Amino acid sequence: MLPEFLIRAGLAGLGLTLATGPLGAFVLWRRMAYFGDATAHASILGVALALATGLPVGLGTLTVALSVAVTVATLSARGWAVDTTLGVLAHGALAVGLVAISFVKGVNVSLESYLFGDILAVTWTEVALVWGGSASVLALLLWRWQGMLTATLDPDLARASGIDPDRERLWLTLALAVVIAVAIKLVGALLIAALLLIPAATARALSRGPEQMAALASGVGALSVIAGLALSLNQDTPAGPSIAALAAGLFALAASLRRQG
Amino acid sequence: MLDRTPLLQAHDLRVTLGATEVLTGVDFAIRQGEIVTVLGPNGSGKSTLMRALLGMIPAGGQVVRAPGLRVGYVPQKLALDRSLPMTVRRFLSLPVRVKDAEAAQVLERVGMAGMGPRLLSGLSGGQLQRVMLARALLGRPQLLVLDEPTSGLDQPGEAAFYRLIAEVRAETGAAVLMVSHDLHVVMAASDRVVCLNHHICCEGTPRVVSAAPEYRALFGLGTQGALALYQHRHDHSHDGVHDHGAHGHHDHGHGHAVEVTGHSGHGHHDHGHDHHGHDHERRHRVEVPRQARDGGELGVKFASGKETPDAS
Repeated sequence: MLPEFLIRAGLAGLGLTLATGPLGAFVLWRRMAYFGDATAHASILGVALALATGLPVGLGTLTVALSVAVTVATLSARGWAVDTTLGVLAHGALAVGLVAISFVKGVNVSLESYLFGDILAVTWTEVALVWGGSASVLALLLWRWQGMLTATLDPDLARASGIDPDRERLWLTLALAVVIAVAIKLVGALLIAALLLIPAATARALSRGPEQMAALASGVGALSVIAGLALSLNQDTPAGPSIAALAAGLFALAASLRRQG
Repeated sequence: MLDRTPLLQAHDLRVTLGATEVLTGVDFAIRQGEIVTVLGPNGSGKSTLMRALLGMIPAGGQVVRAPGLRVGYVPQKLALDRSLPMTVRRFLSLPVRVKDAEAAQVLERVGMAGMGPRLLSGLSGGQLQRVMLARALLGRPQLLVLDEPTSGLDQPGEAAFYRLIAEVRAETGAAVLMVSHDLHVVMAASDRVVCLNHHICCEGTPRVVSAAPEYRALFGLGTQGALALYQHRHDHSHDGVHDHGAHGHHDHGHGHAVEVTGHSGHGHHDHGHDHHGHDHERRHRVEVPRQARDGGELGVKFASGKETPDAS
C-alpha cells in the first residue's frame, strides 16, 4: 500500500502534466523557452512578497509572473532586445526575491522548497489547486487551440483570417503564469521550465502533428513524474530534480530512437 | 455578367513605419475577376500595400471592402519552425476545420492530390506554394491575395504556378491581387499592372505599363528585348532631364493607363509628377542591359537551390 503523501505527490504531479504537455509544446513552437525560464525564476520574488504580506504564495507568484510577462512585452516593444530584458528581469527578480526572503526568515521558510520544489510535502488543498489550475489552463488552450496554432504557425496568416496574434500570445502568457504559480511548490522555480520543455522536446521527436505532440508531451511528463517519484522513494533522491532528470533521460532515449529511424 | 463594383478599394492610403513614409497617397481598386499585379523594386512598399489593404497593419486614408468580402491570403513564405510538426492535411484545417473530402478535392485542384499526409517541412518551395493556395481556396475567396508567390520557385515552377492562378480565376471568378518584383512572367499573367515605389508610379495593362517611362525608370530597363517595341516614342521625349524642365508636364504613361483601364482615381498622377525627376535619376543610375539581368537572375535562382526539399 502506498503511503498517502506519495499518493498526494503523484496526483499533484499528474495533474500538472495535463497542462505542461500542451503548454510546453507551445513554448517550444514559439521559442518561448527562455521566457518560461525567466518568468519561473522571477516568481521567487512573488514567493517573498507573499510571505512578507501574508498572502497565499500562489497569488504572489501569479502576480509576479504576469508582471514579468507584461514588462518584457513592453520593453521589447520599446526596442530592447528580448533576451536582454528577460535576463535582467529574471535574474534581477530572482536575486531581489532571495534577498527579500532572508528578511522574512522568521516565518520559518525553507528556501530550497521554492527553488527545487517539495512535491512530497504537498497537502490535499495544494493537490486541488494544482488540478484546478491545470484544468483551467487546459480548457483555455483547447478553447483557443485553432487560433493559437494558426498564430504560432504564421502571424500574417492568422491576421488574414481575422485572428489577432498578439491576443493569442497574451492568452499563452496568462496560461504560463498560472502553470508556474501552481507548479512552483511541486518542482521549484529552477525546474519548472524543465517540466515544460523536456517532455515537449521528447514528444517532438515522435510526432507528426501538433495535437499528437501535445498529448505525447503530457504522457512523457506523467511518465517522468511517476518514475521520478519511484526513484526518489527508493534511492532517497530529491523528488523534483529526480523527475526532471528522468524527463531528460526519456528525451535522450527518444532522440536516439529517432536518429536510427 | 461581371459586377464592376470594386471588391476592395483604397483612397489616399498612407503607411508610416517609424519615421519613414512607406506609402503615400495610394489610390487602388480591384474588381471581380481581375488579375492585378503590384510591381516594384525591393523596399518599394509592395508587401506593405498588401498588408494595409488587408487591414494587417494600421494605415491612414480609406480602405473600403465590399460587404462580406471573402479574402484568401497566400503569404510569401511560412515562418515554419522545425519544432512544430504539421502535415499538409492538418494545415488545411487552420484555422477553420474542413472535411477530408473537401481537403482532398482542393489538393487535387492545385495538383497536390494525395499529399495530405506529407509534412510541410518536407515540401519543396513550389509544393508549399500550392498547399498555401489550396488552403486559401478552401474559404471560397472572392479575392485571392498572393505576396510574391513565386519568389522561391525556378522559372518553370513559376510559369506553372501562374497558369494555376489563371485557371483558378477562370473557374471561380475570383479577383487576384499579386505582388511581384519579377518583370517577365507577371507581364503575361496579369490584366493590370501597378508599379509601386512608395507611390503609384504608373498603372495599366501590361503592354501600356511596360511602355511607361516610369516603369522603365523603376526597373532600369535598357533598350533591348520585347519592350523595345514600345520605346521609341518615349525615348525622345523623356530620356533627358531637360525635357522636364522644358515642359514641366507629362501625360505619357499615366494618360495611357487611364484610358485603358478607366481608372477613376487621379491622386496618383500628381504624385507621379512630383517624383518624376527622381525617377529619371534612378533610371540613369541603375540601367543594365536586359540580357545581362536575365542571366544574372537565373544564375541566382538555380544556385540558391530553393526547390530542394527541406529534409526533416
